Amino acid sequence: MLSRAWPAEGATRVPYWVYQDAEVYREEQRRIFHGPTWSYLCLEAELADPGSFLTTFVGDMPVVVARDPKGALHAFENRCAHRGALICMQARGRAERFNCIYHNWTYDHAGNLTNVAFRKGIAGKGGMPADAQPESQAPKQFRVESICGIVFGTLSPDVAPLESYIGPQILPRLKRVMVKPVKVLGTYTQVLPNNWKLYMDNVKDTYHASLLHLFFTRFRINRLTQKGGVFVSDDGAHHCTYTEMVEDRGDAYEAGGMRSAGSHTFKLEAPELLEQVDELGDNVSIQILSLFPGFVLHQIRNSLAARQVVPKGIDRTELHWTLFGFADDDAAMLRRRLLQSNLVGPAGYISMEDGAATGFVQRGVAASPDRASVIEMGGSTIGSGDSRVTETAVRGLWKAWRTYMQV
Amino acid sequence: MELELQLAVERLHARYAQALDSDALEAWPDFFTADGRYRITTAENEARGLPLPVVYAEGRAMLNDRIASLRHANIYEPQRYRHIVSSVLVERESAERIKSTANFLVVRIMENGEALLFASGRYVDRITLPALKFAERVVICDSRRFDTLLAIPL
Repeated sequence: MLSRAWPAEGATRVPYWVYQDAEVYREEQRRIFHGPTWSYLCLEAELADPGSFLTTFVGDMPVVVARDPKGALHAFENRCAHRGALICMQARGRAERFNCIYHNWTYDHAGNLTNVAFRKGIAGKGGMPADAQPESQAPKQFRVESICGIVFGTLSPDVAPLESYIGPQILPRLKRVMVKPVKVLGTYTQVLPNNWKLYMDNVKDTYHASLLHLFFTRFRINRLTQKGGVFVSDDGAHHCTYTEMVEDRGDAYEAGGMRSAGSHTFKLEAPELLEQVDELGDNVSIQILSLFPGFVLHQIRNSLAARQVVPKGIDRTELHWTLFGFADDDAAMLRRRLLQSNLVGPAGYISMEDGAATGFVQRGVAASPDRASVIEMGGSTIGSGDSRVTETAVRGLWKAWRTYMQV
Repeated sequence: MELELQLAVERLHARYAQALDSDALEAWPDFFTADGRYRITTAENEARGLPLPVVYAEGRAMLNDRIASLRHANIYEPQRYRHIVSSVLVERESAERIKSTANFLVVRIMENGEALLFASGRYVDRITLPALKFAERVVICDSRRFDTLLAIPL
């Protein structure tokens, strides 16, 4: 049990100690990342060939994800059973087997210990006793499931299969994007100076998007006055928000004197950067989808990406971006995706502020662990709706978090 | 003649660094030809043959938009850069075109004095003569990591 108590107001308050406590961070590893949740591992397209592997993280745990020679996907803790060294040091590659460099203990693609060097000694001398059980400290193996080419893993034998974990509200929104085989365009990492949950509640915060990100509103890419909506899973854990392509001609922001209102003179010299082809055929210009604990899938015009949220301590988070297109993209679509990659990532016109804003919260609350965020836009309920002037998905995140953390 | 060219390119690098480091961002697009390309990427993406840029502009109009957005739309904590550019290699491709590479370090300085080695890497440039403008500047960062955000160009 955590030694902290939640504020009496319940769903509309989030106390700041959740972003600051070493105990909370430690317990999250056990109860969330290594508990009954599914974590994003990679895209199947990154492990196309038999024998290919990559290394990643689930929470603090270093993980190897590999495709065995028969084509099956596996994931296992990147920790040798012997002395705990990393089994695999490379970011990605192909291997017939994995040899820990320290003492050459050997593992197969599923993470099974297949050989202990000199286990029986040499010429009858040395080696391990016959009843030694090095396997007792074997690296943990994940249950792995893949959905529409996105690979997830869990250490829990009990958590529901991936599709039911995601649930009926969000699953169709994920399938909507992943309509055919993808091709990875590239990756990078954005280092955020804040707790991992500040990024997740930023992603779920439909209220901030057009107020913090002026690029959205200046160019009328996304305004809360445009048609859109938010879906939240029953348990609050996952969410999806979308905006339709229809151009907003209203002046709600200008009339309200909002900082993000456009001056009518501000125009792009090269608006082709924003030109969208309705490739999914449903008139949606932006969809942001998140799965608990740390996965985000975005479609921003024709920019598509998986974002993996990797906690690196109480006040540091790595955001691993993998941008992709479809395998059958023509040259014009590839160019469009590369141009629209300007919208996202650490230099993204409409995403660069997120790292700054969440860092400001981390710094702002430094001396106030027992004060709390006020999360009351849209009331106190958690659920789907057609308004984005709401913090319903943020409340959902905390409902789920409290369930896992039992606080 | 070759020495003159070397000096001219080094001077171009110095002026470019000076413009970015002194917040003369409006001067930045003028370092490029009208259809000049600017791309920031990572050594990892380059090595894997992956096209993903961190920043990508085709032509001066897009470069102008980047600066207009920084000035009028994007919000970021006050910060400045210090560019250190070295190891400039110059190779003449034709009477009108030079190929050049150079190493860079960029220190990012925040208002509270915090200074960070923000980026290191290599410029791979195609430069026109006699105007000495970038027809292409590819900024290949050594690291795949970017701290917080990348607002000011490299």
